[in-house]
Amino acid sequence: MDHQFLIHHEGDDVAVAIEDVPSGREAVAVAMDTGGRVTVTTRGEVPLGHKVALKDLKDGDDVHKYGVAVGHVTADVSTGDYIHTHNMRSSRW
Amino acid sequence: MVDNQQIFAYRRSNGRVGVRNHVAILPVDDISNAAAEKVAAMIPGTLALPHAYGRLQFGEDLDLTFRTLIGTGANANVAACVVIAIEPNWADRIAEGIAATGKPVEAFAIERTGDLQTAANAARVAQKMLQDATELQREPVALSDVWVSIKCGESDTTTGLASCPTVARVVDRVVDEGGTAFFGETPELTGGEYLIAERCESEEVRKKFQTIYDDYLAMIEASGADLFGSQPTEGNIRGGLTTIEEKALGNIAKTGTKPVVDVLGPAEAPTKSGLNYMDTSSAAGECVTLMAAAGAVLHLFPTGQGNVVGNPIEPVIKLSGNPLTVSTMSEHIDLDVSGLLSREYDLDEAGRRLLDVVVRTANGRLTAAEALGHREFVMTKLYRSA
Repeated sequence: MDHQFLIHHEGDDVAVAIEDVPSGREAVAVAMDTGGRVTVTTRGEVPLGHKVALKDLKDGDDVHKYGVAVGHVTADVSTGDYIHTHNMRSSRW
Repeated sequence: MVDNQQIFAYRRSNGRVGVRNHVAILPVDDISNAAAEKVAAMIPGTLALPHAYGRLQFGEDLDLTFRTLIGTGANANVAACVVIAIEPNWADRIAEGIAATGKPVEAFAIERTGDLQTAANAARVAQKMLQDATELQREPVALSDVWVSIKCGESDTTTGLASCPTVARVVDRVVDEGGTAFFGETPELTGGEYLIAERCESEEVRKKFQTIYDDYLAMIEASGADLFGSQPTEGNIRGGLTTIEEKALGNIAKTGTKPVVDVLGPAEAPTKSGLNYMDTSSAAGECVTLMAAAGAVLHLFPTGQGNVVGNPIEPVIKLSGNPLTVSTMSEHIDLDVSGLLSREYDLDEAGRRLLDVVVRTANGRLTAAEALGHREFVMTKLYRSA
């Protein structure tokens, strides 16, 4: 496949891996709504279905997916970082 | 192709359409399960619906159990129904509720008769019901006649990317054609509930929705529970979902784009065509049981990590976009939409493929869950019995 990540909504802060992506991979992410493509170099392994950061984020910043905030980061995050429960949590509970 | 495929189904005397033709043996309470199962064993082809409750319930909890039992018997996938309870009054009450549909129904009580004689009496009636039901013919119906319910389970990030938006295509189509669809899962709207509120058709519907949602949150807070560890679930987290908001957005992706026309209590039958919201838990067995009791005859179930739920009277169609799930749990999956992730095809094509499965299932093809014997019939219990 010519892409390894999908972006729900162009402009989202994260993309979802459609296969296990190793660390250090120069990967392609495609936006579902526009077909727009961006390149991101992974800074950690990202398993199938898990998220990679497409932007640098500061501790406390909202994380946008589907074009809306779906939680916030709990540490500074760099583009290419693996994002999950270790550095992101719900803003609801 | 699919767009012209005709659905053939059973039109009941009250006008409602069923895609299955079950003769149900419905126990009103837990201690009548054994007699109901004896009837189904004596008359193969009938369907016993054992469940865990029905004794010493009271108030709203009892009302919900009655509504669920009556709704299950009244569902258009049920051709006829035998009702068995320990006491005659409740058996009659449930049977009368079901009889309002015009379908054959008969009540039996175990007290002063015993399991064996009750089962024998009920089996004679069930036999005739079964023979009569097998004579009923399917006839051409519209897609809009088929009430569709939706709920996803064992969600992961692929449900939001693939299986939920595929379901949305079919839901939008059903609603466009004047049909009725419903979704629920109050807890799993958290973080996206404002999006549903915005889609409510009127201020009155929006207020009803917001009240149910706020009551749910207040109930959680009053209980002192912390849902942080249970929502998202371990399975969700393993699948890559990090927060309840992220899960909710994927969940909401399956509801399509149409306005929410009404807000229903659990197991409450819709009165308006269009997309209805029902206040339910997110537990798959409970949710599908309530939706079937409200009249849904076909369920669309997107799954990520692989929920295997079924329902005895409402066929549950499962679809998944997770390539690992469709390969390791293929016997549970009716439609593989993992090609959406690889971009082999688009959502329009995935929607067409799902509609094809819907038509074939409505026409009688068994779902994976039916073939595997998944018959989860699960009462929603609001509080403990007296």
